[in-house]
Amino acid sequence: MNYFSGIDVGAISTEAVIIDTGGEISGYSIVETGANSTEAADEAFDKALLAAGIRREAVEGIAATGYGRISVPLASKTVTEISCHALGAQYLFPDTGTVIDIGGQDSKVIRIGDSGKVLDFTMNDKCAAGTGRFLEVMASKLRVSLEEMGGLSLHAKAEVPISSVCTVFAESEVVSLVAKNHPREEIIKGLHRAITNRVWSMVNAIGVYGEVTMSGGVAKNRGVVTLMEEKLGKPIRVYVEPQIVGALGAALFARRQSRAVT
Amino acid sequence: MWLSKKIRYHFMKDLGVPGIMRFSRTGKKRRPRKKSTSLGPPLVCNSRLRELMATHYLLSRYAQGAIPVAWVTSGAPVEILRPFDFYTFYPENHGALCGAQKLGPELCAEAEVHGYHQDLCSYARIDLGHYFSGKTPVGRLPKPDLLFASNNICQTVVYWYKALAEYWKIPLILFDTPYNFGEISEVDISYMVRQLEEMIPVLEQISKRRFRYRRFQEIVGIAKEASLTWGEVLSTMKARPSPMTIFDAFNHLAPIVSLRGLPAALEHYRALLAELEERVAHGVGAVKDERWRLMWDNIAIWYKMRDFSNLFAGRGMNFVTATYTNAWSETIGYLDEAKPFESMAKAYSLVILNNNLNHRLQLMERLIQEFQVDGLVIHSARSCKPYSVGQYDLKRLVTERMEIPTVVIEADITDSRAYSEEQAMVRLEAFFEVLEG
Repeated sequence: MNYFSGIDVGAISTEAVIIDTGGEISGYSIVETGANSTEAADEAFDKALLAAGIRREAVEGIAATGYGRISVPLASKTVTEISCHALGAQYLFPDTGTVIDIGGQDSKVIRIGDSGKVLDFTMNDKCAAGTGRFLEVMASKLRVSLEEMGGLSLHAKAEVPISSVCTVFAESEVVSLVAKNHPREEIIKGLHRAITNRVWSMVNAIGVYGEVTMSGGVAKNRGVVTLMEEKLGKPIRVYVEPQIVGALGAALFARRQSRAVT
Repeated sequence: MWLSKKIRYHFMKDLGVPGIMRFSRTGKKRRPRKKSTSLGPPLVCNSRLRELMATHYLLSRYAQGAIPVAWVTSGAPVEILRPFDFYTFYPENHGALCGAQKLGPELCAEAEVHGYHQDLCSYARIDLGHYFSGKTPVGRLPKPDLLFASNNICQTVVYWYKALAEYWKIPLILFDTPYNFGEISEVDISYMVRQLEEMIPVLEQISKRRFRYRRFQEIVGIAKEASLTWGEVLSTMKARPSPMTIFDAFNHLAPIVSLRGLPAALEHYRALLAELEERVAHGVGAVKDERWRLMWDNIAIWYKMRDFSNLFAGRGMNFVTATYTNAWSETIGYLDEAKPFESMAKAYSLVILNNNLNHRLQLMERLIQEFQVDGLVIHSARSCKPYSVGQYDLKRLVTERMEIPTVVIEADITDSRAYSEEQAMVRLEAFFEVLEG
């Protein structure tokens, strides 16, 4: 059997996904990008091979995406993360019409049409507000892990409003809120509200079409997803490992390219 | 002093500067640029343009003290100054020039040191930066005797020119144009006509010259003709393949902005039009393999002109129209020699930035149809708020109604610190993927 791989080199993490010719996910991995994109891509790919239990030679085509996509010598094709998230999300949830992807340094809202084609998209401006980096900075200030944030905020009895959307200023705001003994989970809920509001304005710029799927690391955070669902007034589809949706899309592009050749 | 400067100015105008230009034409050969494989042959008129603008800037050095000098905003009704023989200088054009030479951040920083905020228009910061530091890539700028601004392009010019008036202790004339929410009224027209009439005695006093109505009418006629010819120049881009790119058009915009009302601008556009018509007749395209036709919204990103030109041409994409270049052909054609004041009021108050968003949407839709546009690139310019506000609504409406892909890239006209290459490229590449299917 032949396999295809997609590698998504993001600002914070790098993911690799391996699929078989039928499109089934055979294995995946998530590693930190660190300072060297090429090494991160190699490491993620090797780990994904291990998880899939296959050898390198069995992989027929590799496509790269994400900010580091040009520094992946392994890949024979590069595709932007916008197209990859669209294709990956629609593959996982075929009724997806809108994708909300909140990644490390970019968040985007994508409107997709038939066969995962991008119809329109918008992205955050040159600012880390409304991205995974925003939550990462706040998590370290609050001494909680990113993974814990979602669960904690769901148990918050109240919510502390965060007035600044700027990552740097919100950080100092959090410091002063901690000093005033505000419960941590209430601050976290306030932060989730801030990021949700920020992304919500992007959702409005594009409009909501069909079912909504969330991807990217922040989709793991139930707190943010819940607030976004409240805004939308309907449930959001989240894949069990939302971080690999972009890499999955890239793998599907690699498979598509190989089919076009043969 | 006055007389000697006058003699020197006229000598330079008639003999000196043309001589220098002739010499530079024969003597120095321009360093050959690396040929782009995706762009067609460059326009012959490019060297004509360089000479025209170099003459304008070079001569400006001798104007000071010899003839009255006015600094003018791009949207001001300059025709009213011409009968008084003002040497007109355009800080916005100078700003674009600084931007293209990648001097934006340096000059902006000079203004920021004096407390001008980074959020202020970078044309304004470059100009104020020049005031404080004297820095300019063109050697020296002529000190003005008069400042002439119109708020038909933005409110920033009002405060920017007020600052200059305060620093130099010179008069500022402001032409106030009521914003057009739907339809322009008779009251608005007469309000603007009165302003123009009131300017005349002030201009006579500053220039020490009498107003000649016949001469004024002639100038209005020349400006109208130049604007219409510029419109014809842009219309040649309807051809497939288009004989020039929007990046050429951004450069060739300089005369209609800076030399409007002067015969030199009209002559230039006649020459350019002839060259473009020749190209169309022979099927010569500006982009060798034109497969996609795009539209540009907002002012150019001056420091990215060459990069973008190569980037898009390399993908068989050509910008064939822009709301920006269109602005000088859209309303100045309303000028009418028989009714110079009334027609000026109309021409200058209906410009794109003084007009409502509905008008802009309709304009964009018309251009998309007429120029057979496949995709729209929207530049959200940090400097230019009036141009950038409403762009997301326009994007959504154009995407829905015209069914073409659109993309917004955030940048600035001259301050490259507000531009992030990596982020712009991701957006553009995603746009390419959508366009190419």
